[in-house]
Amino acid sequence: MNNGHSRLAVVTIVGFAVGMGVLNFTGLRQFVPGLLQGAWVSVQITSGGALLAVVAALTAAIAKVYGPAPIRWLAITYIEIFRGTSALVQLFWLFFVLPQFGITLPPFAVGITALGLNIGAYGAEVIRGAIAAVPRGQWEASRALNLTRMQALRRIILPQAFVAMIPPWGNLFIELLKATALVSLITLPDLAFKAQEMNQSTLKTTQIFTIVLAMYLGISLLITSAMKALDHRVSRGLRQTRTQR
Amino acid sequence: MSFSWDWGYTWQILPILGQASIITVEATVLGFMIALVLGLALALARMSGPSWLRWAAIGFIEAIRSTPLLIQIFFAYYVLPQFGVSLSAMLAGVLALGIHYSTYCSEVYRAGLENVPRGQWEASIALNLSPLTTFKDIIIPQAVPPMVPVLGNYLVALFKETPLLSAIAVLELMQTAKILGSESFQYTEPITLVGVFFLAFSLISAALIRRVEYALKTRRSGHP
Repeated sequence: MNNGHSRLAVVTIVGFAVGMGVLNFTGLRQFVPGLLQGAWVSVQITSGGALLAVVAALTAAIAKVYGPAPIRWLAITYIEIFRGTSALVQLFWLFFVLPQFGITLPPFAVGITALGLNIGAYGAEVIRGAIAAVPRGQWEASRALNLTRMQALRRIILPQAFVAMIPPWGNLFIELLKATALVSLITLPDLAFKAQEMNQSTLKTTQIFTIVLAMYLGISLLITSAMKALDHRVSRGLRQTRTQR
Repeated sequence: MSFSWDWGYTWQILPILGQASIITVEATVLGFMIALVLGLALALARMSGPSWLRWAAIGFIEAIRSTPLLIQIFFAYYVLPQFGVSLSAMLAGVLALGIHYSTYCSEVYRAGLENVPRGQWEASIALNLSPLTTFKDIIIPQAVPPMVPVLGNYLVALFKETPLLSAIAVLELMQTAKILGSESFQYTEPITLVGVFFLAFSLISAALIRRVEYALKTRRSGHP
């Protein structure tokens, strides 16, 4: 999603709200602070989840490609389980089933863990693909320069793979943001939870859900611009070769 | 609390979850049909509509893709009745699923159609084929095979999102598992079974998609 398109998306939702014609946004003040509180929880879970996702993905990807057999199988199992079942099932499983094993996490930690591990499983494949896309000659050149495998991975391969990873990670972070709405179902007071709570107390259904959609859109717009800025920064040196392709 | 898996309870709830999985499959099939048809309309609007329609389609696609499906389901279930459109929970859920995935499908159609080299259109003009014949006999046969596995992946993705319908109390797998858990205070067995069900389905369909992909590749080029 490029920036022009995201702005268009904002215009669409706002236009949609106005276009309905019957929207009465008076009395909007009463629920905006509550919704902002909820949005802040959503942002916190997105950030925490993103951090966990990157760590989990990097670990799993490297374990899957370079690990010895048992570690490789462990990584594959993690990736397939979290990609093969639904994020909501994973969330409920951590919330309802984990306590039976004697591990009771607070809902906030459950939310970050479930969503972070879920997105991390998709991210692992992104990282694996990006590493595989670095030309083999780079490995051979590293060997010729007498670098160890670890040195080559860390200093030659990963920095190049990193550039290719940024756009897909941007999409994954948007997926993560969207998935945070699920934590409302394990009683965390995020944006989706606040929306439902206020819907029940004020019955201003249309206004509330339209504002909530616009808020999610706003946050995803922030994520998109941040990732674009990052992409711009890290691909500075590549810009010339990119246009030559 | 010491943990043990209760097999007696498992056998007891298995038929109930089996029943509920029918609703899950129904929601998946109906939702995906909406996604395929609406997705095509969106792709055509985006690729060849007048410019206002083109921009409206892009705005719609980006807005739907960057907001949570759960909120869209709530929107269909709680907001539409305010405008006189009252849908059952199941219908609202299916509609939201279908609309959400139609935006993904539309991008697949678009990529598929755009991947056919422009020269194919020019060659068809040179051969004096009508635009309709060109589209039907030249473009579609080249554009569709690469789309099939991608659409298959979105079918699986949509299937994995059906547990969200439990939030508006559709009696699909997840909702049934939650009710079973709250009646017996044994959540482990029902929720784990739901997870196993989804995992099995995803792995099997991933394998099937790979086979289809392979078959399409061999048919097209004569070798894999």
